[in-house]
Amino acid sequence: MSDAIIKIEKMNKWFGDFQVLKDINLEVEKNKKIVVCGPSGSGKSTLIRCINRLEEHQKGSIIVDGTELDENTKNIEQIRAEVGMVFQQFNLFPHLSILDNCTLAPIWVKKMPKKKAQDLAMHQLEKVQIVDQAQKFPGQLSGGQQQRCAIARALCMEPKIMLFDEPTSALDPEMIKEVLDAMVNLAKGGMTMIVVTHEMGFAKEVADEVIFMDEGMIVEKAETKEFFANPKSDRTKLFLSQIL
Amino acid sequence: MSKITFLKPDRSNINAVLSIGIIFVIIGILDVFLNTFFKLNLLSSFPKGISILFPFIIAMIGFHLVRIEFSGSRTIDLLNKNINTSTFNAALTLLILFILIKAIPPSFSWMILDANISGDSKEACTGTGACWTYIKVWFRRFMYGMYPNEQHWRINTAFLLVIGLGTFGFFATEKMKKFLALYYVVIYPIMAFMIIYYLISGGYFGLEWIETGAWGGLSLTFIVSFFCLIFCFPLGMILALGRRSSLPAVRYVSIGYIEFWRGVPLITVLFMSSVMFPMFLPEDFFMDKLVRVIIAITLFEGAYCAEVIRGGLQSLPRGQYDAAKSLGMGYWKMHIFVILPQALKLVIPGICNTFLALVKDTPLIFVVGLAELAGMLALAKTNPEWLGYAMEGYIFAAIIFWIICYAMSKYSYNLEEKYKTER
Repeated sequence: MSDAIIKIEKMNKWFGDFQVLKDINLEVEKNKKIVVCGPSGSGKSTLIRCINRLEEHQKGSIIVDGTELDENTKNIEQIRAEVGMVFQQFNLFPHLSILDNCTLAPIWVKKMPKKKAQDLAMHQLEKVQIVDQAQKFPGQLSGGQQQRCAIARALCMEPKIMLFDEPTSALDPEMIKEVLDAMVNLAKGGMTMIVVTHEMGFAKEVADEVIFMDEGMIVEKAETKEFFANPKSDRTKLFLSQIL
Repeated sequence: MSKITFLKPDRSNINAVLSIGIIFVIIGILDVFLNTFFKLNLLSSFPKGISILFPFIIAMIGFHLVRIEFSGSRTIDLLNKNINTSTFNAALTLLILFILIKAIPPSFSWMILDANISGDSKEACTGTGACWTYIKVWFRRFMYGMYPNEQHWRINTAFLLVIGLGTFGFFATEKMKKFLALYYVVIYPIMAFMIIYYLISGGYFGLEWIETGAWGGLSLTFIVSFFCLIFCFPLGMILALGRRSSLPAVRYVSIGYIEFWRGVPLITVLFMSSVMFPMFLPEDFFMDKLVRVIIAITLFEGAYCAEVIRGGLQSLPRGQYDAAKSLGMGYWKMHIFVILPQALKLVIPGICNTFLALVKDTPLIFVVGLAELAGMLALAKTNPEWLGYAMEGYIFAAIIFWIICYAMSKYSYNLEEKYKTER
């Protein structure tokens, strides 16, 4: 397939002696939504952190939007600017207001004029429905609001791909929905997304493909309907029976 | 509130118990009071041991009787809650009270009531108290050192100019705010140096050349502290980042630097800067002693600053680095906009600590012959005309240093408040 925006070939990663990722092969096409699931410690987070090189892989290759991830820092910074990421712990900058959180990178990385960056930020904040909190500081917001702000912050860089690393795992149950709603809206807008999550309802609703990982390997990769209706491997069946 | 051990008397005669208690306490305090100020001893006929302990014992009994829950008087309830919660606390209260009664009035009368300030020679000091005339006569020396009297306006103007330029940040417009950091880290120090150099040192524009050996007193304290402070902070920042760098060369150089300077005493560094250092320099190369001293202290304190700042850097969660990187920021952008603002905010108390220590270390430059405030005192007290007034001088210096340091720590509290955003 030629229009794959992310191409991972035979990628291996070790933490010291421990191999976290084993021979990962993955291709993600433009505008596709992929959900990655699996038990904890299976390497899902490490996999998506490798895609914008927050972790370095030791073997194999990762090509994002035509650029290979290697030692070249200029390439990496350019790719990171195109790949948005949302973290489990939100990781907002606590010393900046919500608006400044959103405009910081556009102004200083993309060299956008301040006025334009602010307009863009307000637009994105409006989409995730926290525009009235723009002047507050992250510490004054609820977890759900913070996570939605983190999504808006990533979107302000106008990324081609969005990575979500368990975005709802650190939230109270009643706040999960507001974050998932924001993500569903984003998916409907046609964004390429890779989401690590345990929210199977979300997977069923928006995902084109579901990947199941265990012990650093991709055990199963299938169309969403197929994945839930007709899982092939026993490990997947066991996982699904426990989680659903 | 810790548990209060209350006496539980019969409620019917509560007032009687309270009155006796209060009277006992008052007798105890009164005895110490009379003893101190009127040389009266209520129990002069008793044996010595008892007469000394009497006020303490009787006041303790009094406090014990007063310690009643819901005594009916708000004042006594407050007293019980705060200073009379147990026998031990009552004893501490009494001890502190007695020490204050014994100590404060004599020092007060020495410093103010019996002190002299009139006249302009030693003969004017006739009283038993402090001789502030000494400070008055030597005041200009303590402030300006050996700098010629008629040229003092140069020091004053230079300081006013430097302070004036320092307030630039308050008036900067929104557009100029961007360059504030650059201004304070690069432009301001250079301008301050030029002003101090051309105005105080002179030699240009028809100003008489006055060598740095003549500088001294409080103004020298300010000059040395000021330059060391503004230079050692950026140095510390760079070293702190260097020590956490992923490049081995940078990291090891930073570690080596920090460990070297933290391992040697400041006094040896100062000696080296003034005695050894010139020996390694080419013959025709001249560097002023004051400049060498400022460089030496800056390099020394920079190492301490670096470790304080590193503490702040290490306390930031890894997620902050991840988030900044994931937005495409490089090393410098990440540190300037995300990491350092948070880390520096965290280390304000530690940095303030280092800076206070620096200001109070400046008297050490006396060992290389530069006489700042404390140094001038040491010179003045050996003046044959004014022998015997070292105490006044040191109290004066202590007060000045205390004011400077208190102002600095107050300022650091303000900064902490100003930048408090989370939680």
